[in-house]
This record gives sequence, structure tokens and C-alpha cells, in this order.
Amino acid sequence: MTRTYAAYAHPLWRRLLLSREAAVVALVIGVSMWAYGNVPYFGEQLTLNYLLLDVTPILLIALPMTLVIVTGEIDLSVASVVGLSSVLVGVLHEGGFSIPVAAAVALVVGAVCGALNGYLVAHVGLPSLAVTIGTLALYRGLAVGILGTKAVTDFPADWTQRASETIGDTGIPTVMLLFLVLAVGFALLLHFSAFGRGVYDIGLGSEAALFTGVKVQRTKFILFVLTGAVSALAGIFYTLRFGSARGDNAAGLELQVIAAVLLGGVSIFGGRGKLVGVIAGVLLIGVISSALRLQGITVNVINIIIGLLLVVSVVSTPVLAWVSDVAARRNRGTRPTKTPAGVGTP
Amino acid sequence: MTSISRRSAVLGVAALTAGLALTGCTKAATDSGTAGTGAATAAGKLSVVFIPKNLGNPYFDTSDAGGKKAVEALGGTYSEVGPQQASPDGQVQYINTAAQQHVSALVVSANDPKAIGDALNQARKGGTKVVTFDSDTDAQYRDLFINQASPEGLAKVEVDGITKQIGDSGEIAILSASANATNQNAWIDLMKKDLAANHPNVKLVDVVYGNDDDQTSFDKTAALLQTHPNLKGIISPTTVGVAAAARYLSTSDKKVKVALTGLGTPNQMREYVKNGTVNEFYLWNPADLGALAAYAADALVKGKITGKEGDTFTAGSLGDFKVGANQTVLLGDPFAFNAGNIDQFKF
Repeated sequence: MTRTYAAYAHPLWRRLLLSREAAVVALVIGVSMWAYGNVPYFGEQLTLNYLLLDVTPILLIALPMTLVIVTGEIDLSVASVVGLSSVLVGVLHEGGFSIPVAAAVALVVGAVCGALNGYLVAHVGLPSLAVTIGTLALYRGLAVGILGTKAVTDFPADWTQRASETIGDTGIPTVMLLFLVLAVGFALLLHFSAFGRGVYDIGLGSEAALFTGVKVQRTKFILFVLTGAVSALAGIFYTLRFGSARGDNAAGLELQVIAAVLLGGVSIFGGRGKLVGVIAGVLLIGVISSALRLQGITVNVINIIIGLLLVVSVVSTPVLAWVSDVAARRNRGTRPTKTPAGVGTP
Repeated sequence: MTSISRRSAVLGVAALTAGLALTGCTKAATDSGTAGTGAATAAGKLSVVFIPKNLGNPYFDTSDAGGKKAVEALGGTYSEVGPQQASPDGQVQYINTAAQQHVSALVVSANDPKAIGDALNQARKGGTKVVTFDSDTDAQYRDLFINQASPEGLAKVEVDGITKQIGDSGEIAILSASANATNQNAWIDLMKKDLAANHPNVKLVDVVYGNDDDQTSFDKTAALLQTHPNLKGIISPTTVGVAAAARYLSTSDKKVKVALTGLGTPNQMREYVKNGTVNEFYLWNPADLGALAAYAADALVKGKITGKEGDTFTAGSLGDFKVGANQTVLLGDPFAFNAGNIDQFKF
């Protein structure tokens, strides 16, 4: 599946340590330690607090997005669902509903948005890139249409405080607990269930997966529904954290999510990638932006650095596969060392 | 075939790595500068961070340049950071960063009156003074708001301008934005009162609405000139309207015969001022606005004022200012742009 024969030639610890995911985790630790020693104020507890709050929406959406991209599909409409869910929470709150009710409605609408994507991709068979470019505009249009250019901002203080409160004095936002629960859930789903193995199979070859008994349509549909629901959840958090429901909330967030997923080692062609790498990818972008901002570096330069990092990481995947392929061929000339089609040969 | 593409892939990676390394070097070079900022803050020196609505916006480039000049004249360190798109969440990240650096003052044009409030208050708790300019937040989130213009000032300067140009007698009309725009209607009411009280020979014959749409405003101007052949002047208190009216007039036989003024921006109006269609139009000077915000920040940081009503401070060559109701400071009378000064402004 995701492993080459060459990889089997090494013991487990070596495979884990030399994996793409380990490299990203090491980068996160390395960059953090460098920043801790060299960037003024980076060591403060507030940095951790702000950093985690800033990346929370990306972390949340990256979980289902990883599964979607592993199947070889993509969902570009996530940020628009965030905006729509934010607007719904605002409008319902204005209409006199309590926050939990408004949030529940937003979650359901988010799931419905995902279901529309999923239906068009899985059952009608349209390419997800085209479908979700369309729904990106559609959901954002609905969000802006419902609320116009105004903003709902009079959310109850106990709810807005809840969104940014921390666990004791640790500086870690409480919302991280919610993320942990979801992360464990998605990890079990992707890495330790038959459903998850089906997800990889679809990414490696939809037709082959179908013949081996994977319910391709159902799997894709479920993944898009999950993505919609989790995006709506991110939208609720976003609204409460800033205490502001606006139609243009989180515009452009989809690209940050996808960038983090790819940086974390997920192949855009599907069939390859792990959640741990993705989480590390999100944190890497968060740490780099936070450290550079503290150094007074402008947003344009930060984007250039993160963009370069992303390009290097995407290019490095086939190159690393080729290197290990060659190395394995030299070391164990007699063993079969062929990599699966599409890997190592650009 | 494959070996060639592999080789080029390796070359590509090498080039990118080199690129990244170079970026790293640039970053290291910037390091020392920022470290200086940190030291300055610790020593209690003035450090002011300007956060515009977004970077690369000519209006804020002008205002922040004014702020920079003022901060440097005060012996402080100036920096400008902000998001690429005018979004509140992008501003929050930079407000948080400034709060961590314990800068002495933040000067912000708010993308949302409430969404950046908690971040601002957190910064204030750490000792940072917060001044808003151009776009205010709710009053509880900042120490001072620098207001660019008052409705009375804007209405008066336009009436004075047009009546002077037409010799204080004859028919005039107003080209407004939309019929239910609150600020436009407030200005128009003030203009009507001013005309009735101080200019008895000037008659306001019509108010038309171009809906802040270029083409509609253009057509309404044409219709206005047709229905009122004796029209001597037009006031358009909206940047879209005044530019569209100027475009129509500049190609019609009414050019120069019908005077036009209003609220406009130099970039949109430059051509029509230079070809004589428009003598003078009004707005505020963003550079002065930025400078006043910087001086106000300095006065707050040094404890000369606390931001309460009645406080007074001096803003360099701009003169003395007094804090008004709602912790607001008014920049003053609108600024007149004409052929003599328009080339100094790039927004």
C-alpha cells in the first residue's frame, strides 16, 4: 500500500524514525527550540496560548481533510462552511436562540453542506476539485447573503470567554481537549479500522478498492459529511473566540488547511499520509508564523517562507522515495526493490 | 528519460534549499533590528506599532508614513505590521504579538468594532496604550479615537467651496450616494441649513442619488444638467459620485461653466483637477491623521493625558488638541486638495 518493498527491508524503529512524519515532528521541535532560545518573548506562556488558539480552526479541519485527501479527493469549501456556520450562529443568537441551540443548528447545516459535496462527488461522480470550487462560492455567497456586510457581535461574555479560556495556568486553551478527542477519534478511524484501510485503498486505486469490497461511494460520502460538520464546529469556535459573526470570517482558511496537510506528508494524489504528520504540519506553520511575527517580520515574508517550505516538502516526497529506492537496490541487490507505480518517477 | 527528470528534480530541490537558506540569512539580518526594539521597550522608550486595516493599501501607506515621521520626531521606534486582507482575525494575531512585546502603544484602524476588542484589552492590561484611528472600535476597547472629520466640518467646507466658486448666487444640486445612506443624509441636512442661513441667493434645486455606482452617478449627472439648464454648481459628498460627475463634466460643453466639488481622493480626481474641471475638493489628510494618532499615543504613554474628556496635548506642527466626548480627538477641518498640492498625495 503506502510502503515500498525497500521500506520492509528495515526494522520497525528505523522505518518509524526515518519516516516523513518523524521529519516534520523533528522540525517542529527543532524550530521551537531555536525560537525559544533566540526569539524574544517566544518562551512566554502567552505565546503557547495565542499559538494554539490561532491554529485551532486549522487543526480541527485538517483532521477530516487528511482523510479526504488520502482518498485522492479534496474539499475546498471548508472555509466557506466556517463562514456560513459563523453567520448562522450569529443570526440565530440575534433571533433569541441560546448558543447551544444555534451551535447545533450550525453543525447540522455544516453536515448538510458536506453531504451535498459528498453526493455530487461520490454518487454523481463529479471531480471534487470542481464541485468544491462551486460550493466554495455557493456557501460563502449564502453566508454573505444572510448577514450582508454587517456583523453580529453581542454574544454573551461567558461563551466568548469559554472559547479562549485555558486549562488551569498551563496556557493551553481548553478547546484543545475537544481537539484531542476528535484527533483520537479520527486516528482510530483512519489507522485502526477497516474503514480507514478502505480510505487508503481508494487513494491507491478507486477501482481496485471497489473490487476488493471497499464501499467507495459510501466512504467518500461519509468523509465529506464529516468534513462539513467539523468545519461548522471550527466556525462556532471562530465566532465565539472573536465574538464576531461575519460573512467573510475565515476567508482563505481552506488553503492554510490544505497546505498544512500536504506539509504533514499526505500525498495530494492520495493513498499516503498519517494524521500525526498532519498535526505536526499545522503546528510547524503555527510555530514559524508566531516566531517570525515576534521578530517583527511582515506577513509577506512569512508567507514566502511557508510557501517555500511547502514546495520543498512536496518536491521532497518523490525525491526521498527515489533515494531510498536507490540505496536499497545497492544494499540488497537480490531483493525486489521496485516501488509502486507513480512513486519515484515524476 | 526518467534519469533526466530525476536529475532536474534534485536540481530543483537544491535550488529551493538554497533559496530557503538565503531567506534565512535575510531573516537573521532583520533580527538585530528587532532585538533593538526589544531593548528599547525595556528601557521605557517610546515604541509605537501601527496596524492598518491591511498592508499595501495606499490610504494607509500615506497615514502610516505620517505616523512614522511623528514617532521618529519624538525619538521613538516605529513599526507597521498587519494582515494582507482586511480581516479582524488577521489583526488579532498582530495585536497579540505587540502585546507580548509590551510595546508602549498600538495605533489601529479596526476591521471590526468588537472582534479585536478582547485582544486590545489584553494588550492594555499589559501596559500598552491603544489609539484607534480612521475606523473606531467600541469605546471600552481603546484609550482614544482619532476622528478624521466631523459631519459639520464636512458639510460646511463643501458649501463654502461651491458658493465661493459660483459667486454666492444661482442654482446648485447635490449628487449623493444612496437615498438611505445615514451619513450622506446627515451631511445633506446640514448643508441645507447652512445654505438657508448664510447663502440666501443660492438655491438647492435637486438632490439625486447615484447609489455609489460609477455608471449610475455618471448618468444622473447628465440628467441633472439636462433638467436644470441654469445649474451653476454640483456638490457630491461621495468619492464615487464626485469622480463620475467630474468624468462627465470634463467631456461635456458644461466643463468650467458648472462648478463641481465634494469629497474625493487624489488618485481618482488628479486628472480632473489638472484639466480644470474641478477647482478644489475635500477630504482629510491621512498623513496628518497618522501623525496626530502618533502624538496622541505619545501623550498617553508619557502620562501627559489619560484620554478623558477635556485633556489637552500638543501634536508637533499640527498644533494643540483637546479630547472631546467619548474619548475622541477630532483632526480638524477637512483638507482642501487643489492643483497646487495634489501631486504630494498618492492615495
